[in-house]
Amino acid sequence: MKARISYIAANTFREAVRDRVLYNLIAFALLLVGAAILVGQISIDIERLVVINLGLTAVSLFGMLIAIFIGIGLVSKEIEKRTLYTMFSRPVRRWEFIVGKFFGLAGTLVVNTFLMAIGVFAALLYVSHHLQKPDAWLLVALYFIILQFLMITAIALLFSSFSSPLLSAVFAFSLFVVGSFAEDLRGFAAMTKGVTRWLATGAAYLIPNFSALNVISSVAHGEAVSGQLVFYNSAYALFYAALALCGAVLIFERRDLK
Amino acid sequence: MKPARGTTVIASILLIACLSGTVFTLDRVDRLRTGASLEEILYISSPKVLKRLSLGYDGLLADVYWTRAVQYFGHKHRSNPENYKLLAPLLEITTYLDPHLVVAYEFGANFLASPLPDGAGEPERAVQLIENGIRANPDEWRLYYNLGFIYYMEMSDYAKAAHAFARGSERPGAHSFLKILAASMAQHAGELETARMLWITTFESTHDKQIKSNALAHLRALKVEEDVTNLEKLVARYRERTGRLPASLNDFVSAGMLPGISVDPTGRPYKLMPDGTIEVRNPDDFPFITKGLPPGRQAPRPDFGKLKMDLPP
Amino acid sequence: MSAIQILGLEKTYTIGFWRKRPKRALRPLHLAVEEGEIFGFLGPNGAGKTTTLKLLMGLVSPTAGSARILGIDANDPRVKAQIGFLPEQPYFYDYLTARELLEYYGQLSGIPAKDRGGKVEAMLQRVGLPDAGDIQLRKFSKGMLQRVGIAQAILHDPKVVFLDEPMSGLDPMGRREVRDLIEQLKKEGKTVFFSTHILSDAEALCDRVAIIHLGELRSVGVVADLTSSMHGKVELIWQGAVVPASIRALGAECHLSADTMRAVLAEDKQDAAIDALRREKLRLVSITPVRATLEDYFLQNLRSENAPSEVMA
Ligand SMILES: Nc1ncnc2c1ncn2[C@@H]1O[C@H](COP(=O)(O)OP(=O)(O)OP(=O)(O)O)[C@@H](O)[C@H]1O
Ligand SMILES: [Mg+2]
Repeated sequence: MKARISYIAANTFREAVRDRVLYNLIAFALLLVGAAILVGQISIDIERLVVINLGLTAVSLFGMLIAIFIGIGLVSKEIEKRTLYTMFSRPVRRWEFIVGKFFGLAGTLVVNTFLMAIGVFAALLYVSHHLQKPDAWLLVALYFIILQFLMITAIALLFSSFSSPLLSAVFAFSLFVVGSFAEDLRGFAAMTKGVTRWLATGAAYLIPNFSALNVISSVAHGEAVSGQLVFYNSAYALFYAALALCGAVLIFERRDLK
Repeated sequence: MKPARGTTVIASILLIACLSGTVFTLDRVDRLRTGASLEEILYISSPKVLKRLSLGYDGLLADVYWTRAVQYFGHKHRSNPENYKLLAPLLEITTYLDPHLVVAYEFGANFLASPLPDGAGEPERAVQLIENGIRANPDEWRLYYNLGFIYYMEMSDYAKAAHAFARGSERPGAHSFLKILAASMAQHAGELETARMLWITTFESTHDKQIKSNALAHLRALKVEEDVTNLEKLVARYRERTGRLPASLNDFVSAGMLPGISVDPTGRPYKLMPDGTIEVRNPDDFPFITKGLPPGRQAPRPDFGKLKMDLPP
Repeated sequence: MSAIQILGLEKTYTIGFWRKRPKRALRPLHLAVEEGEIFGFLGPNGAGKTTTLKLLMGLVSPTAGSARILGIDANDPRVKAQIGFLPEQPYFYDYLTARELLEYYGQLSGIPAKDRGGKVEAMLQRVGLPDAGDIQLRKFSKGMLQRVGIAQAILHDPKVVFLDEPMSGLDPMGRREVRDLIEQLKKEGKTVFFSTHILSDAEALCDRVAIIHLGELRSVGVVADLTSSMHGKVELIWQGAVVPASIRALGAECHLSADTMRAVLAEDKQDAAIDALRREKLRLVSITPVRATLEDYFLQNLRSENAPSEVMA
């Protein structure tokens, strides 16, 4: 079982690599180099700030786009292309397939993020000539970004298990945007009354909460992130990803493969 | 394939467990982040940058910031704060993103200007905010009114207040009180009637519930103060006439000095204390009152959620 | 113990998104395939062959009924290690090379790592792709893909092999090879269940066949039994372009080719026909008994939906 999941994950990773997903790193590198050179010439004070803000935001956005655009095809494309016929005539269970796919894409994103992180630190070193102690908080921000990737990957996979790639992309992307304002949405919900309040609060809690996972600007200012926040954010992201995966498994178990 | 029953059961149980897990952890995260999250939001405190970042969706972003401002004030107000330092930037960002959001200026006039702990105590910044609003909405009489209100209430600058009311009274749809207010600033500054007129204007012109409740609380406090003053005068007259203190408010009625027992804005009769002072039955109902309280007692803090929405008689 | 036992398997698809309508693809099907058999599953397009195979593989869920493979419920994951499946129009991860694909499927089938490499090489050899192992599948021709499909179906040495139209897309040589391969599988003691509408292949290979039409089983049996039940026919050829009226009256189908006439008629009418030819002084060239083929069987029994054949055992 574990072996099969890891084989499926490895193959998913291989597919992403062969689909030239990692080429996004080139665009990322160009962006960083451009920003570092430009900023270095304009202003002295905010160059670190800009490099960190821009670098981490790009890490997050690039990864989100990859997660969504690959994630939405993970299941539906295989159903469409009938590659699953030969998969499930083997001792592979459907949930193993879903979980394997999840780890495959998550692994791809972790590798991608790791390479990008090296780029961010290099750019930081270039503009400020030495790393400072608070720069270690960047690692926490990057860790949170990876947690976001786990959530969005599971969400994309969930949509992929029942809907067409185009619709899935729209759904997943909307959730990403809405989830970035999740705290404000809970604020909106708290301002309503009666039944609306219940519904709105329920919806606000179901929406993935990406806002607490975004600490880019605070670490850019060299601020610490509390250990409690790290703990609860990790737990939240893992719960949420598992929640979406369970949904995907329950739906996919019941699907006829056309 | 028939869905495997084992998988279905396990996945369903896990699903429910994870759902509870997310709600629980989210709650924790929220608790860790109230306040912190807003300070973080203000890392981009330049409204100009924000407007550019909003990629044209500045109306939507303004609504988001408006919600944040209200939330921030609500949260802080409950905790009896030492400052509301983010209220001004939040309102400034909101109104920069959407200069026509009149309610945000009104909110500033009421809660940014008024003193701590029920407001941020920053009248100058509130004046600044509203003047920006007037520049963007020169025909909006409520903004002139609010400007005058701040000058009168928080800064006691009656000349400027009169000027603002006068300008406002010339705008289309202006409340009829504005002319009177402009005229009465000079002679009647500090009088109960002027204050009442101001609060009634606020109450009648705003659509924001919190501002309305606030105005209402003030109106009720004014009514209590007026009643208490009048009743205490009666007590003095009664004493002159009979040489003793009245035993109860009924004595005024039987002496023909009052048509009936006086009641406070919640409909409860006032209490006559043995030393001849007047108190309200339930002081907790009346924020902002300075009279009618038991000795040594402070007026309660307003709870804008709870006040009933009817005008005092 | 039967290798495959189908117990009332039934499938009704629902089609349409808003207005859902049922589409019956397979009526309750009962069928048993013995171990070591080559079993042909025949039927015209849309008969329900692929549907049956998908049900057996657990790719779609049955409306009713169940199936056992090697005595174990077909849904049981333990069965899956013992079976191989070649889908109709196989399509694989086209970013992989043939070798990588077989390697991957070997992993998933639980072939131990030390045997895998050797098995993959041997299999590439066996299906005639010894030099194509390092080419990405997106560059494969249809026939090459079909060979990869067969390779993956038998890679892990399964006891029961299911092939959905294994000869489609192959050139005559390829068909020959696949035929040989199926016979080899039988020699190795495996059970082969394959669907086809190429009747000659079925006739040449199968121990038994089942015929299905419009989702309904029409007959099961040894090919010879099925065809012998048809009335025997003979073919008469004579010189000259004339067809005596008496021969026509016997119900013969006549065709003129060059200067000879060909007539096919029932065996028991043979003598009467020869007599007629003699009377007309026509020179008889040959008399050949016509062996009934599956094709004849198909033509006779399945031509019209409204003429269901008697089911023969
Ligand atoms: N996914 C599906 N949804 C709806 N109807 C389907 C589906 N798959 C097959 N059918 C219908 O079921 C019937 C049987 O189809 P099936 O594919 O089993 O036929 P077949 O015998 O394999 O035909 P062929 O020889 O053309 O491959 C057909 O009428 C087809 O329209
Ligand atoms: Mg078919």
